[in-house]
Amino acid sequence: MTTTLKAPRAESRSIGSNVRGYAERVRGGDMGALPAVFGLVVLCTVFSILKPAFLTSGNFANLFTQGAAVTVIAMGLVFVLLLGEIDLSAGFASGVCAAVLAIMLTDQGLPWYAAVGAAILTGVVIGTVIGTLVAKLGIPSFVVTLAAFLGFQGLVLLLVKGGTNISIRDETILAISNKYLPPALGWGLLAAGVVGYAALQLLRARKRTGRGLAADPVSLIAVRVGALAVLGGLAVYFLNLERSRNAAVVSLKGVPVVVPIIVVLLLVLTFVLRRTGFGRHLYAVGGNAEAARRAGINVDRMKISAFMICSTLAAVGGVIAASRASSVDPNTGGSNVLLYAVGAAVIGGTSLFGGKGRVLDAVLGGAVVAVIENGMGLMGYSSGVKYIVTGSVLLLAAGVDALSRKRAAAAGLR
Amino acid sequence: MTPVLELRGIDKSFGPVQVLHDVSFSVYPGEVTALVGDNGAGKSTLVKCVGGIHPIDSGSYFFEGKPVQVHSPRDAAALGIEIVYQDLALCDNLDIVQNMFLGREHKRGLVLDEDTMEEMAAKTLQSLSVKTVKSIRQHVSSLSGGQRQTVAIAKAVLWNSKVVILDEPTAALGVAQTAQVLELVRRLADQGLAVVLISHNMNDVFAVSDRIAALYLGRMAAQVKTSEVTHAQVVELITSGRSGDLGLTNGVPA
Repeated sequence: MTTTLKAPRAESRSIGSNVRGYAERVRGGDMGALPAVFGLVVLCTVFSILKPAFLTSGNFANLFTQGAAVTVIAMGLVFVLLLGEIDLSAGFASGVCAAVLAIMLTDQGLPWYAAVGAAILTGVVIGTVIGTLVAKLGIPSFVVTLAAFLGFQGLVLLLVKGGTNISIRDETILAISNKYLPPALGWGLLAAGVVGYAALQLLRARKRTGRGLAADPVSLIAVRVGALAVLGGLAVYFLNLERSRNAAVVSLKGVPVVVPIIVVLLLVLTFVLRRTGFGRHLYAVGGNAEAARRAGINVDRMKISAFMICSTLAAVGGVIAASRASSVDPNTGGSNVLLYAVGAAVIGGTSLFGGKGRVLDAVLGGAVVAVIENGMGLMGYSSGVKYIVTGSVLLLAAGVDALSRKRAAAAGLR
Repeated sequence: MTPVLELRGIDKSFGPVQVLHDVSFSVYPGEVTALVGDNGAGKSTLVKCVGGIHPIDSGSYFFEGKPVQVHSPRDAAALGIEIVYQDLALCDNLDIVQNMFLGREHKRGLVLDEDTMEEMAAKTLQSLSVKTVKSIRQHVSSLSGGQRQTVAIAKAVLWNSKVVILDEPTAALGVAQTAQVLELVRRLADQGLAVVLISHNMNDVFAVSDRIAALYLGRMAAQVKTSEVTHAQVVELITSGRSGDLGLTNGVPA
């Protein structure tokens, strides 16, 4: 961080130009993650003041396991939303996959990896079918996935045999949402992440400077790496505090196992969207499908793969949800899961109109949704109030999305 | 001088409607050929036949003196023919470099090779003396109409193309931007490309073109050097198919 202060004028100027460029984009209607980050800060502040229990290590760990399934489903929805489509069946698709997982584990007695494989394969098949119906038959995705929403709700009921509850006893599956990394491993992974991030950024900047292209100044990279290190460090520190009421009997500390899973998904999917031809073509189809078609991109294939990725991640979300509940029942992936997931993606800054969105949006929006759910639960509000507030936040986020689009049009940017 | 692109005796029908009758059309390297004609004269159909979007019914297609078969846009692109359509087909949510390489990205393994693409895009824009864009990493949504046209044209010339066809590039532009785009069109030809300019605006046609090809009701009324005709003659060719000795007699080429 000290390098920022000592930075020569040329570098500080380019930080300035970066900040100015960002401010210009925000004014032009491209808010990015700003509303989500702002909302997160406000919500956390309010809840911490009103309810000190919100700010405990135990509750902090809870937030992650609470929001994990919705966040992963939202990550998948980002791919579909990027094309300007929607998948309303993602919630119950995760339920179907979770039921498949449970049946494979209990009735069939398969090992956990085979059961997870079966669940994910189910997701792939579901996505391929939905995508094919949308792309090849041309049925609007809204209708296809609404039909699938109902159908999958019934399928879950049939799979768990009319409302019984299949409990999961497999240690590995349960560990995902109920076990924690040893504190040292948490620190180790964070250090590896920060060092890796810094190395990647520096290497890239050096390569670009070497070729005479505009590169990010070292001071800016230092700020980014510093921010990651500080935020990550605080999170790991809090999660590594002892949160057991009676540490002598059972020790409860460390980063939840689900956190590294989400981080890995975030990294891999972000790489796919930002650094591969496939990701570039997804954005192109979402921005202007006709232009993409003329550029030789197979639009139908892009649609099918987006729905496939969405349902596959829904399957992963289903596995995480099953792990958290230690069981699968007819309501797994039902009720509010889909709305929370769509809400998470949109609150994070992914556009409902297509062409704009990042995987990180799902994580930020998922955090907002989890904080609302968790904080309001602590305050003792009923489910009714929670639903109303979350619905309002989703509406607000969609409103911001629509308004920023209008604003961009008015500014002649579109 | 041999034409880089030459069509002879092209016929094209859509069902019972014959849109092109025995059309011949030549395009020369280093020249701007203006393709003019009233609405419905067959300009767009002719261009789509050149670009491989519509197959031709009969007639021959020569490229650099050799007969070729063009059945799809890919065939045309492989020959080095690029068409810039009126609606430009740019993705607003991508930046200039991303748009220029859309569908033909450079990759190293799985990963996009952004640095190489950025260099090539910058070089192409520089060779066209485009200085109006602030940064080539700007989103296309933030560009003006003239700048967008420039990006679409730069995208077309990026691929070592030999023939660039521009469909009414100045139709939606203001005075200053029209001048900029026309200047760019002239520069393309001066670099040795064959440029086909479809336009309704006689001022634009006379400002930049070397040759004029006038279509009248699906027939080629005349292909003349711009320096040898007047404004009024071209208007007559467009509206009635003939003008003095030029053009069609009784609907057939003289």
